[in-house]
Amino acid sequence: MTGFLTLFRKEVLRFWKVLMQTVAAPILTTLLYLLIFSHVLEAHVQVYPGVSYTSFLIPGLVMMAILQNAFANGSSSLIQSKISGNIVFFLLPPLSYLEFFLAYLLAAMVRGLVVGLGVAVSGLLFTDLSLVHPLWVMVFALVASAVFACFGIIAGIWAEKFDQLAGVQNFVIMPLTFLSGVFYSIHSLPAFWQAVSHYNPVFYMIDGFRYGFHGVSDVDPWQSLAAVLPIGLILAGLTLQLLRSGYKLRH
Amino acid sequence: MSRAISVRGLAKRFGSLEALRGVDLEIEPGEFFALLGPNGAGKTTLISILAGLVRASAGQAEVMGHDVVHDYRAARRNLGVVPQELVFDPFFTVRETLQFQSGYFGIKRNDDWIDALLHHLNLTDKAETNMRRLSGGMKRRVLVAQALVHKPPVIVLDEPTAGVDVELRQTLWQFIRDLNRQGHTILLTTHYLEEAEELCERVAMLKEGRIVALDRTANLLRADSQRRVELRLNPRRLPEALQPRLLGEKDGAFLLSLHDFGELEGMLAEIRQAGVQIDGFCVRQPDLEEVFLQTMHGAAR
Ligand SMILES: Nc1ncnc2c1ncn2[C@@H]1O[C@H](COP(=O)(O)OP(=O)(O)OP(=O)(O)O)[C@@H](O)[C@H]1O
Ligand SMILES: [Mg+2]
Repeated sequence: MTGFLTLFRKEVLRFWKVLMQTVAAPILTTLLYLLIFSHVLEAHVQVYPGVSYTSFLIPGLVMMAILQNAFANGSSSLIQSKISGNIVFFLLPPLSYLEFFLAYLLAAMVRGLVVGLGVAVSGLLFTDLSLVHPLWVMVFALVASAVFACFGIIAGIWAEKFDQLAGVQNFVIMPLTFLSGVFYSIHSLPAFWQAVSHYNPVFYMIDGFRYGFHGVSDVDPWQSLAAVLPIGLILAGLTLQLLRSGYKLRH
Repeated sequence: MSRAISVRGLAKRFGSLEALRGVDLEIEPGEFFALLGPNGAGKTTLISILAGLVRASAGQAEVMGHDVVHDYRAARRNLGVVPQELVFDPFFTVRETLQFQSGYFGIKRNDDWIDALLHHLNLTDKAETNMRRLSGGMKRRVLVAQALVHKPPVIVLDEPTAGVDVELRQTLWQFIRDLNRQGHTILLTTHYLEEAEELCERVAMLKEGRIVALDRTANLLRADSQRRVELRLNPRRLPEALQPRLLGEKDGAFLLSLHDFGELEGMLAEIRQAGVQIDGFCVRQPDLEEVFLQTMHGAAR
């Protein structure tokens, strides 16, 4: 237990010590999206009746921030440790695979949630935000951050260079998040892209999250949860398996 | 009581390269043991297998009777490793680094022992300094401290003195010796053979993944019992009678074998008779470096 707690504390402290880059910068970037899109589209787009475009947009941006930062934390921490070699500090002690996994998972979730909360709170400066089902908001924030935290850990274990991680971020994470309905409802898309979006797990994360705020969504939140939860379990299982086998960590 | 380290039939391939080709090694608790070998011999690979950083292709390894794969938690609790590479985490101070390392080993409050370690390794005034701001030798000493946070019965040091200045090297060895006297088993690799000769009771020499010599240090030195005489002559001509003793030449001096000191008188007489003048003369005792070079050379043939 002490081993897990120490590794978790170390992982949290690692991003906490450079708060400017790891928390403040992503919040600022997300707020820029909010500023520009809400200014341009506020008068033209209304997705759900009674919900302004800005308050429609905020949950999507919050979720996007959660996902990107949950991914970034585990992946960048692991690749830095691998490249600098200090990964031996936690490979030498008698830490179990589960302790290792949980420490990295929870620390990455904390980073995602802290940035998400920061975006949500600063979003309140722009508009009022309703909170119809806070429990759904929490459920989707937790599950989605866990999924991308696992994803980040897997990428961090797999990657050997920073460019490879950047590749995953640019070619997988960015398209997944931008083509998921952060900025629009997928009902406004042509039929083909609507169908494609239904295969994008991030779409369900954002849709379910939004339901928690506004009480309306494109699909039923239970259905969204049913789409996201198995992905989380599969990724968690895969991460544990990689850690157990020592893939790319122990020769 | 189980052995401190026990290795049987250990082999490791990296692709087509065979880093270890069947190594057997037993080290008893309380020993001070040197693992020697040229660059690329497989020393670090062997240590990495003991530490669980590398998985063996064949064979078994145990630390204090615990298999390093099946019983890895117990094996690692019993082992402290100072890695060869100078690694550090630039986010943290020296004290934080040591506190985290203690925590990974399941130790919550370890401040007294951490202070003692800092003191013994002359790091007390650097305790609150960020790792990034330490010199290379200081970083190496932090690695030593990290390996010792959990007071492991078996301590493995992979070239701990590379880049450490003379004075601190002495301090470091004094500290390691004290630990050895308290019962800790020490396994060390070094390219400074005089260090190994002075400190270690037993030595294994590794070459291309095989053990080519394994014995008590004293025995190895005795086996190479030939003392040598180094002679500088003027003119540079070795008398006929001394030719059978000739081992070689070095920087213009003749190297002659000498089985016991009684033979010296006869040799000097031969030289005088030949009318040759002695410009330089010294008797050399065999040291571990010579044994090492001979072993490595011999094993190549
Ligand atoms: N991760 C690896 N991948 C491929 N080859 C490796 C790897 N690690 C070591 N080797 C090879 O295995 C051989 C043994 O290396 P090792 O590091 O064990 O040598 P060493 O005895 O510690 O040498 P040195 O005195 O230079 O530290 C070398 O030929 C090395 O190139
Ligand atoms: Mg080495």
